[in-house]
Amino acid sequence: MRFIDEFRDAGLTQRLSSKISRISKKPARLMEFCGGHTVAIMRNGIRQLLPPTIEMLSGPGCPVCVTANQDIDRAVALAGIPNVTITTFGDMLKVPGSYSSLQKARAEGGDIRIVYSTQDALQIARDNPSRSIAFIGIGFESTAPTIAASVIQAEKEGIKNYCVLCHLKMTPPAMKALLDLGEIKLNGIICPGHVTAIIGTHPYEPYARDYGIACVVAGFEPVDILQAVEMLVEQIETANPRVEIAYTRGVKPEGNVRALELMSSVFDVTGAAWRGVGTIPASGFKLKDKYARFDADKVFKIETPPSREAPGCLCGEVLRGVVKPPECKLFKKMCAPENPIGPCMVSSEGTCAAYYQYGDFNG
Amino acid sequence: MDERILLAHGSGSKLSHDLIDQILVPPINNTILSRMDDSAVFELSGKLAFTTDSYVVNPIFFPGGNIGKLAVCGTVNDLSMNGARPLYMSLALIIEEGFELEDLRRVIESVRETADEAGVQIVTGDTKVVNHGKADRLFINTAGIGLVSEGVDISGSNAKPGDKIILSGGIGEHGIAVMSQREGLQFNVPISSDCAPLNGLVSDMLKASRNIHSLRDPTRGGLASTLNEFARQSGVGISIEEDKIPVHDGVRGACELLGLDPLYIANEGKLVAAVAPVDADKVLAVMRQNKYAPQAAIVGEVTAAHKGRVVMKTMIGSSRIVDMPTGEILPRIC
Repeated sequence: MRFIDEFRDAGLTQRLSSKISRISKKPARLMEFCGGHTVAIMRNGIRQLLPPTIEMLSGPGCPVCVTANQDIDRAVALAGIPNVTITTFGDMLKVPGSYSSLQKARAEGGDIRIVYSTQDALQIARDNPSRSIAFIGIGFESTAPTIAASVIQAEKEGIKNYCVLCHLKMTPPAMKALLDLGEIKLNGIICPGHVTAIIGTHPYEPYARDYGIACVVAGFEPVDILQAVEMLVEQIETANPRVEIAYTRGVKPEGNVRALELMSSVFDVTGAAWRGVGTIPASGFKLKDKYARFDADKVFKIETPPSREAPGCLCGEVLRGVVKPPECKLFKKMCAPENPIGPCMVSSEGTCAAYYQYGDFNG
Repeated sequence: MDERILLAHGSGSKLSHDLIDQILVPPINNTILSRMDDSAVFELSGKLAFTTDSYVVNPIFFPGGNIGKLAVCGTVNDLSMNGARPLYMSLALIIEEGFELEDLRRVIESVRETADEAGVQIVTGDTKVVNHGKADRLFINTAGIGLVSEGVDISGSNAKPGDKIILSGGIGEHGIAVMSQREGLQFNVPISSDCAPLNGLVSDMLKASRNIHSLRDPTRGGLASTLNEFARQSGVGISIEEDKIPVHDGVRGACELLGLDPLYIANEGKLVAAVAPVDADKVLAVMRQNKYAPQAAIVGEVTAAHKGRVVMKTMIGSSRIVDMPTGEILPRIC
């Protein structure tokens, strides 16, 4: 298959792997921010192709995982309001909140439907004019434009029964928050491919300039990731940190100007609650006041009991890169995909789920 | 007769009898069924295999088949995977009130066609109609009985280190064909379900070798589940090679798009075999002659190492564990 097979080529990956081993002299700690990268790295066994000098950490890049319990609780509470239909991406369904999950709310009679895009949610709204259709808006800058587009389309068509529970988050402020916490010393960041396709590389400049961290934007195939690691190692070895793009077929330095305009026309920047980190200022999106009638928070009075965390769950630490999943006492014991304690075990892009599913095979 | 199924069609009334006599029985009739007694009576001697399965596929019509074809193939294949020759089947329908009669005719026609191909007789059946909303159009249950020949002992527990793992063809086609038709997920893939009765294929394989240790059709949970079941049941390890596993480009494309792994996608017309190495090439050759397995391939082998686990050598030369799937298989979100 074109555009896929050439990026999974065994010869090319072996050559990249050999080159990385040859040039990597200093210990280098790299973090992949994006959940998609975590899965690609685990699924393709990429760590086995890297020399012992390189340590890979997973970051807070799974949108379901970083959603705070209080926000999941609000989605569950919204599902309990009469005449409300929840539309959501499938990954969100099983994530446990403080007391329940959307999956449990559905079993208890809530009308909760899995959709694959906001367009599906809009269609459900058109087909069910007597119900209120709420879309659970989670994700990063890669998802935000489609949600913005749905709001604009709903307004244009005069759809009155569609709203968004907006928990969208921004990537760069979370990176900064992690670095400022000082818990982990990073030498390089594998920057997210899809997010950067939207926001461009400009937001990463401070990490290279002020924190001295190498930054390379990567795609999601084995060759993409190894190429990014090679570029990071080269930057680290030459002590020349900067922002580079390995994923040139997907990402332009300026990002997607049209998508950015769309987002800024619909959203204001706001503080957002991140699992494991807490509230990070200016790290999320909320609907502008002029779109208040599409804002589930304004349309409904959503009441939730105080949120709480599952005892012993280290999802927060995993998301900050402070511990790896096998270091959590619950991992593979009490916490497994069929009975998840924390969200990192639920989502297909969750770090714990990726470790559980693909393991680290050592013979 | 009305063009839709009414509750009265399941009430035991004249309408029920009309449904059975005019729509359901004629296409599939045979000397045992035509007695119309409470149970089918027939003679059999030897080692028997007996299985049952229920079918709730949504949508009931999909590219490459429908719930009727699936209900026959599923039971025929379950019997075949223990080396049994399928002979007799039951067919029980749970129909939602309002179901179109024409659709029922199409389903029964597929049942007939598939049963004829597989050489099985439907010898007993049942029909229930439930209120609108209490079932999703049509559910089917089938059970089947087959005869296991002398000396045949095939089980998921019989895989032995050194055995070759043979896969009969491309994986994931049924799952992707059905998923492509789901509400809210319509996409065009040139993929039909692989739904097919495999008793002929198994019969060819058994003629070629009596050293077939394990056979299974990788339905729900896909190839990954079946191999993990072999590994656990037999207490062995299994190694497979990613680049040996046939996957249709349409399946690969759909999986890339939806964030799914073909290893976990359902098949309805494929089988996996663990065969003694001495006979592997012979079995592979006869499989490739069969119309349902031209792409059959040796995709790996049974090992004494890493017991209970399936390990795959990836395209890029690394290795990873292939675990059982967990929970519903849902597309990723970004």
